[in-house]
Amino acid sequence: MNKASEIVIVGAGIVGAACALELAAEGLRVLVIDERFPSSGSTGAAMGHIVVMDDSEAQFAITRYSQILWDDMRDQLPPAVEFDPCGTLWVATDEDEMAEVRRKFDYYRERGVNAEILDSQQVRDAEPHMRAQLAGGLRVPGDSVVYPPCAAGFLLQRARDLGACVIHGQPVAAIGKGVARLADGTIFAASFIINAAGQSAPRLSSGINIKPRKGHLVITDRYPNFLHHQVVELGYLKSAHSLTADSVAFNVQPRKTGQILIGSSRQYGAENSAVDESILARMLQRAFEYMPGLSLLSAIRVWTGFRPATPDKLPLIGPLPQDPSVLVAAGHEGLGITTSLATAKLICSQILGQRPAIPIQPYLPSRQMAAEAHV
Amino acid sequence: MSESISVRVNGRPVTVRAGATVAVAVLASGTTCRTSVSGQPRSPLCGMGTCFECRVAINGVPQRRSCQVLCEANMEIEANG
Amino acid sequence: MDSVKHLRFDVIVVGAGPAGIAAALAAADSGKSVGLIDDNPTAGGQIWRGSQSAPRKSASSIWFNRLRKSAVQIIGGARVFHAANGELAAESDDSAIQITYGKLIIATGARELFLPFPGWTLPNVMGTGGLQALLKSGLEIAGKRVVIAGTGPLLLAVAAYARKCGAKVLGICEQTTRPRMVGFGMKMLLVRGKAPEVLRFAYDLRGIPHWTDCWPVAAFGNRRVESVRISRQGLTSEIECDYLACGFHLIPNSELPRMCGCRLQQGFVQVDEYQQTSVAGTFCAGEPTGIGGLELALAEGEIAGYAATNWEDRAKHLFAKRARYQKVVGILKDAFPLRPELKNLARPDTLVCRCEDVPHVRLCEHSSWRAAKLHARCGMGPCQGRVCAPAAEFLFGWEIDSVRPPVFPVRCSSLAAIRSHSAAPRN
Repeated sequence: MNKASEIVIVGAGIVGAACALELAAEGLRVLVIDERFPSSGSTGAAMGHIVVMDDSEAQFAITRYSQILWDDMRDQLPPAVEFDPCGTLWVATDEDEMAEVRRKFDYYRERGVNAEILDSQQVRDAEPHMRAQLAGGLRVPGDSVVYPPCAAGFLLQRARDLGACVIHGQPVAAIGKGVARLADGTIFAASFIINAAGQSAPRLSSGINIKPRKGHLVITDRYPNFLHHQVVELGYLKSAHSLTADSVAFNVQPRKTGQILIGSSRQYGAENSAVDESILARMLQRAFEYMPGLSLLSAIRVWTGFRPATPDKLPLIGPLPQDPSVLVAAGHEGLGITTSLATAKLICSQILGQRPAIPIQPYLPSRQMAAEAHV
Repeated sequence: MSESISVRVNGRPVTVRAGATVAVAVLASGTTCRTSVSGQPRSPLCGMGTCFECRVAINGVPQRRSCQVLCEANMEIEANG
Repeated sequence: MDSVKHLRFDVIVVGAGPAGIAAALAAADSGKSVGLIDDNPTAGGQIWRGSQSAPRKSASSIWFNRLRKSAVQIIGGARVFHAANGELAAESDDSAIQITYGKLIIATGARELFLPFPGWTLPNVMGTGGLQALLKSGLEIAGKRVVIAGTGPLLLAVAAYARKCGAKVLGICEQTTRPRMVGFGMKMLLVRGKAPEVLRFAYDLRGIPHWTDCWPVAAFGNRRVESVRISRQGLTSEIECDYLACGFHLIPNSELPRMCGCRLQQGFVQVDEYQQTSVAGTFCAGEPTGIGGLELALAEGEIAGYAATNWEDRAKHLFAKRARYQKVVGILKDAFPLRPELKNLARPDTLVCRCEDVPHVRLCEHSSWRAAKLHARCGMGPCQGRVCAPAAEFLFGWEIDSVRPPVFPVRCSSLAAIRSHSAAPRN
């Protein structure tokens, strides 16, 4: 089969699906290829928090842009996507963290993001199951939550409705110079190939620095009204910062089913997907410190997932310097669901030669190639 | 062997024989154990703790598998919660 | 509620049905410390449920007497949810339990296979073993009309038991063919010691219609089952009833061995002649190694118990007995294969996953169990796919994926109490 598409997308996770929809909507002929099935990678394990982050200007720009795109799309999302505008509640345990709350508040306010500083009592009012004597928190009402596999599934289906083709169960062996070759030898020619293969992205494009960052999640049985916001400790930022240490941070999410999703953990260098009991225990203990009532809830499942992480914590969105027919759209760490839609827009604008809505430089793969003189 | 135990299901007294499980007490009271996520009434299927259809609240603790809990005097059982 | 009990045994047996009881007693003969853990409040598993107070000198009461007199420590009402490297984690109503062990014997038994058909979620439609379990747990059924359906010898046992409890058993709908059913009876008569049982069944079931090539097509009722439509040799008819007990034979409770890394073949745990699995120091006995009934479970249990305490001579002594009852595995397999018509009972709106209410039509879109789970949510509920995954395997040919802890839902506090196996190296 030597069908010529204009675009071949490797990877049918949320990023690949978003790109497929964006490009198909522009009238381009799109083929999406996944080695297993849609959302079988990081997307299937993800929490689905759509969140504005302020780690850096570039991170803020892409998360904010993408969040607006999700909000614009919310009325089209079917119930299975479980879109829930529950907002985020960042919680502080001491004065240092309250200073961080105030800094975040100012940062968001300057940039037009709605936020509200809460004191200790207001945090308890917002979330009655939080333990007493927290210092306070920051509520960001514009953040929301989706169920990632169905969100990606929705995007992919819309892409199909616009003419995109999707192939499952076909590993891609190599991409480059306008060609994608499957493991079984089938060749697809395309004007552009998008490497949205998440974890597998470095395997397909040399020179990309993406490493897996293992995480654990626990989901409980249904306890409606136990939790109202996605609640995250400010220490989460310390955890996300560390490049080497195993860390845990309190991060819980209410699902529309009434189930509670409990996270989070980060481990570098752990390449197998088996549940790590000791970090799981640490993660849960941390959660109990913030929300003691969690300890009595029934945990139905535990799973692990891998966040594709880059050293500077920004995704790779743009062409490979050595081969402009390949555009990378990978390395989103824990923000893949959030930034998928913006990634698709940025990819699309690069392909069509249009001006991107936000500056593209911070995300270009060339920044990694410049930093690494050799592969 | 005619020792009997009195419990309450949704506030109504139910008498069962000693050694009976809470699931049996719920059935004896004429109600079902739970309501499914799409609103169907459900009662025990497997009887051995693997299907989770028999879940009720016992003495305030929700999501208990009633087929594996023996009735005790004055237990408060909430079914169909 | 956050307390953790620490226990330590030379041998821990998971599952206090016949295989587990036999294993624990054999292991205890050596004088080593033996624990027997089960999630039910009393020992006996399914077939010996409530038999602790059986007055006659039945097989079960003999074993229970021995158990009572032994040094085996029974931990009832405790659910094992993880086991690795000499550490086993369990949960009871009021605490987490951490058990350090030298040898592990898994005797987790079997559960029924449920297949979806319209109306199968109605109250009072239950498994055949399910009905039996409830009867033994005190369900009053005198005068009630019961239809028994599905496949396997359990239908006969439950029909007989229900009748003893005063139920009006209106019929037994067995999906296998008449020649297979007859063949089953004949072959079982030839297994040593089984003839009295077979004949007793025939007597106990006299007068109850037994139909082969017969299966339920749909159950009807308002808030509970009121009638069942059955297909019998090409014709359908409706029977009014108060209970429909329907189960399609047994499948192994293989979640714990899977999670421990034991090798399986066609869904059953592979064991050597000493009942040892592919994981050193972990043994398996009873239904998870092959559905073969009571006597086989007892023999395998004893062998595992002796082997786990390095008493190979005594174990070897039981090989002949085990071989004799091993035949039952093949007899059952040959007699009760599931017919293809059963794959077509579900309508598009028939629920397959009962925890999440996922209908058949939503599963058809997918080509693997994992994809169906992620996108349609089936198997994502508290039963962890115990009901729907085997049904999906039969309906779609999907292989079930690997098992992660917890093997049963447990309180988050119990999950947090699992000691890392890297922190406590054993064995």
